[in-house]
Amino acid sequence: MRFAPVVAALVVLAAFPYFAQPYYVTLVLPALAYAIALLGFNLLFGYTGLLSFGHALFVAIGAYGAAVLSSKLGVKSLELVLLLSGLAAVAAAVPVALLSVRYARIFFGILTLAFGMLFHSFLFKFYDLTGGDTGIRVLRPTLLGQAYADLDKTAFLVGPFYYYCLVLLVLMGFAMWRIVHSPFGLHLAAVRENARKAEYLGVRVRFFRHIAFLISAFYCAVGGVILAINTGQADPELAYWTHSGELVFMTVLGGFASFLGPVIGAFTFVFLKSELMGLTQYWRFWLGAILVLIVVLFPRGLVGVGQSAWSLARRKR
Amino acid sequence: MTPLIETTGVSKSYGDFVALDGVTLSIAEGELVSIVGPNGAGKTTLVNVLTGLLKPTAGVVRFKGNDIAGIGPVLLARRGMARAFQLVHVFPAMTVEETIAVAVISQTAKGLQLFATARKDTALRARVREVAEIFNLEGKLNRPSQLLSQGEKKLLDIASAFALSPEVILLDEPTSGVSSADKHGLMRNVIDAAKRAGVKAIILVEHDMDLVAEYSSRIVALQSGRVLADRPPAEFFSDPEIISAIVGKMVGKLAKGA
Repeated sequence: MRFAPVVAALVVLAAFPYFAQPYYVTLVLPALAYAIALLGFNLLFGYTGLLSFGHALFVAIGAYGAAVLSSKLGVKSLELVLLLSGLAAVAAAVPVALLSVRYARIFFGILTLAFGMLFHSFLFKFYDLTGGDTGIRVLRPTLLGQAYADLDKTAFLVGPFYYYCLVLLVLMGFAMWRIVHSPFGLHLAAVRENARKAEYLGVRVRFFRHIAFLISAFYCAVGGVILAINTGQADPELAYWTHSGELVFMTVLGGFASFLGPVIGAFTFVFLKSELMGLTQYWRFWLGAILVLIVVLFPRGLVGVGQSAWSLARRKR
Repeated sequence: MTPLIETTGVSKSYGDFVALDGVTLSIAEGELVSIVGPNGAGKTTLVNVLTGLLKPTAGVVRFKGNDIAGIGPVLLARRGMARAFQLVHVFPAMTVEETIAVAVISQTAKGLQLFATARKDTALRARVREVAEIFNLEGKLNRPSQLLSQGEKKLLDIASAFALSPEVILLDEPTSGVSSADKHGLMRNVIDAAKRAGVKAIILVEHDMDLVAEYSSRIVALQSGRVLADRPPAEFFSDPEIISAIVGKMVGKLAKGA
């Protein structure tokens, strides 16, 4: 019964391309991408207690990984692109984590922010390598060996690619579910709750923070690959610090204290942003105002709102 | 027989300030050694040196014959020394079961099982229950630590240290924040549990002279970073010099209690 709402949501998502306008279907793609990225991001934030302001770095590595592999190295298989981009992000995360996890709280946040900005200026300045501000094109990949050459771009995205990403979210969501409920996940929670006490209970605090960091980088890169294929482009804005801020925003919006909070945050953010952008040019203002309200009134995010409403309804019955 | 813990001429200074000054002591199997002294005498620094958290400026600290200077809490836990804290240290959002499980897992290779489900690990849960039962916490396994009473939090802190199956356990004011009626109950509970769990020695840092007098096999008094006295309780409390230097104001209380 606990999983009934999840199954219902998946059914709606699976049926979505059949009843929704293609524009809204294409909006689901970035939402799926962010949902995967944030599951990883929240392993570090919600479960380990480390708030990174630089994780767009790993989303960008995923996007540029897809771009370089498809445009420059001729790698077509999406499975290979996902794996290699993810591993590239993990490789980049090793030194970043090595330095960052020595610290917690604001020092960790500032360090990750600095690394993110470093990578952004690298993408921006090394024109020959990265294409500078125009970035690199991302070519359409094959899915499980299928090219779908008969489909045009939109049909490919809202068709096979959509379902590929949905299944990927389910698989990676399930893996993350296992991780947070594993003995490893228990150690992460202990590190978050009280690092000193955890040490005295024999937990290698930095080591566990480091592993959580690497896993989060992998998830963010997978999200980045999907984002880049959806737009057909990897550009430096993906690594910009405001993008890292958006990752934090979505996670807090949905609720970092719950497993599915970040997923709900991702979907809400993508759709809210699109609607607000259509309504007003001051959409950033309204997004900010909404976040302020959420943080002040519902620190547990939208999931917290839902839980409060649910328990209120049950009490009345 | 080599002592379990041995310090030789341990000093620790911060700039000009000398927190520990040539402390030499040894603790053997079967002992319960209390460390007493007024505030600022260096008790906490000594505890931090003994648990490998601080590296002494000079001198040697050995545990089971090995140098443990500054090795840190994680390695020390692995070698068999556990510590419970003066201020309650628990994981507020985690349940009693999860808290104890953290210690049990850390002593195995299970911490790196990324995809196993902790709740389905029956061996783990059995061990957690066993530890919880020693401290009468088995009825509260699913309760978040933050909802426990102050005394229960204290017990949980100690229980999680016991879950490491340590040979030596260091208790830093285990009864602070516990009502005086419950203090003896808690101490007896802990000492009894230690015996059953195979703990070979207990180090107790304590202000409460009643407890120190009752349960110690030996008392080490610190003053200004030096060892002022190192004697069994009977000798300790019959020496007027020590009484006036260390226990001073406690005499009246002892006399009243007697």
